[in-house]
Amino acid sequence: MAENVTPRVRVPKEAAAGEVITIKTLISHPMESGQRKDKEGNLIPRSIINRFTCTFNGETVIDVAMEPAISTNPYFEFQAKVPESGTFTFTWIDDDGSTYEDTKEIAVA
Amino acid sequence: MRQTLRTGAAWAALGLAGSAALAPAATAQEANLVINDEIEIVTRAPAPEHMEYMSEVVSGWEYRSPETQALQMDDFENPGMIGVDNARADFETAMGPDDQSCASCHESPEALEGVRAVYPKWDEAKGEVQTLEMQVNECVTERAGAEPWDYTGDRMTEMVALISSVSRGMPVNVAIDGPAQETWEQGKEIYYTRYGQLELACANCHEDNYDNMIRADHLSQGQINGFPTYRLKNGALNAVHDRFKGCVRDTRAETFAPGSPEFVALELYVASRGNGLSVEGPSVRN
Repeated sequence: MAENVTPRVRVPKEAAAGEVITIKTLISHPMESGQRKDKEGNLIPRSIINRFTCTFNGETVIDVAMEPAISTNPYFEFQAKVPESGTFTFTWIDDDGSTYEDTKEIAVA
Repeated sequence: MRQTLRTGAAWAALGLAGSAALAPAATAQEANLVINDEIEIVTRAPAPEHMEYMSEVVSGWEYRSPETQALQMDDFENPGMIGVDNARADFETAMGPDDQSCASCHESPEALEGVRAVYPKWDEAKGEVQTLEMQVNECVTERAGAEPWDYTGDRMTEMVALISSVSRGMPVNVAIDGPAQETWEQGKEIYYTRYGQLELACANCHEDNYDNMIRADHLSQGQINGFPTYRLKNGALNAVHDRFKGCVRDTRAETFAPGSPEFVALELYVASRGNGLSVEGPSVRN
C-alpha cells in the first residue's frame, strides 16, 4: 500500500467556448517497478498506478495504461477542447485496488 | 562578394549566439526568476562587504539550463513542492507524550515567514550557533519530548523546505558579528582550507572558477540560498550538509558529519556569502 498518495491537478477556472486548454496533473506515488531488490535480496513487490483517466462531463478525454517503467510521481500534461461549462474528473487506479480521484470545474464564458 | 557577405552575416549571428551563451551576465538582468508569477527572486546582488575577492553574488539558478530553471518558476512543476506538501501535513502531526505538534505553538507554517532568511543564528540560551535543523530538533525533543529527527533525513529536509518555502523572495540576512563571529571565522577558515587528496578548498571551485566547466559540470558560486534543493540527479530534496559532504568527498577527503560543528560553522559562513540574495528553497538544480 503506497503511502502519501496525493493527486494534484491544474485546470484553468474559465475558458472561451471551443478553446483548447492545457491541463497538468501529478500524483505523488513511489511507482515501485517490481524489478528492484531490497538489502536482503528479496524482490520488492510491484506497486504502481496502472491506469489514469480524465473525463469531461462523462466523456473520455484521455485514458492511459501505465507500465512499471514510469517514474515516481507520474506527471501528465495534455490539452482538451472545452465546448461548455462542466466538470473534469481525474481518476488514478492503483495496483492495490485503490482509486484516487480529483475533480475540477470549468466555466465557459 | 555576395558569398563573403553572407558568411560575414552568419559569423555575426554565431558570434551573438556564442556570447549570449558564454556570458549570461549580460542578459540575465531581464530574465529574472519569478515564481508562480508572483514571488520575485533576486538572483544577482552586490557582494556583501565581508567578501574580499568578489563584487557580485549570483544564485545557482543562473548557472542551470533553461529547462531546469523553468521547473522552479512554477510550484506545480517543482518536484520539491511535493516534499513541502508532506511537511505541511507533518506540521500538524502529534509527537511525544503530550501530543504536541508544530502547529501547537506556531499555528501555521506561514507564521514562520522570515525564519529561513536569518538562519544559522546565534542561540543565546544554548550559547552556540544553531542551524534551522538544530532548531527544529530542539522543538521536537525539548518542546514535544519526542525522539530527535535524523539531521538529513527526509522528514527533517522536507520540514526545512516547508519553512524555507514561506520565506521565498526575502533577502538572506544572517548575522555574522557579535557572538556569532567566532563561529563565522571558523567557517571562513574551513572555506579556504584545502582538503583531500586533490587538495581543493571550497574557494578553488566556487570563488576562483565559478561559471567555468569542471568536466561536464557548470560551476556555480556554491550559494546555499536555494536549499533544500531538489536535485534531478537523485530525484530528492537535498539538505545543505549533505551537499557539503558531497563536495568534500569529491576532494577525496574524509568528510565532516552532517550536523557537526564544522559544517554548522561552514553553513553560517557560506550563508553569509549569499546575504542579499533571496531565499529560494526548495530550488531545483541538476
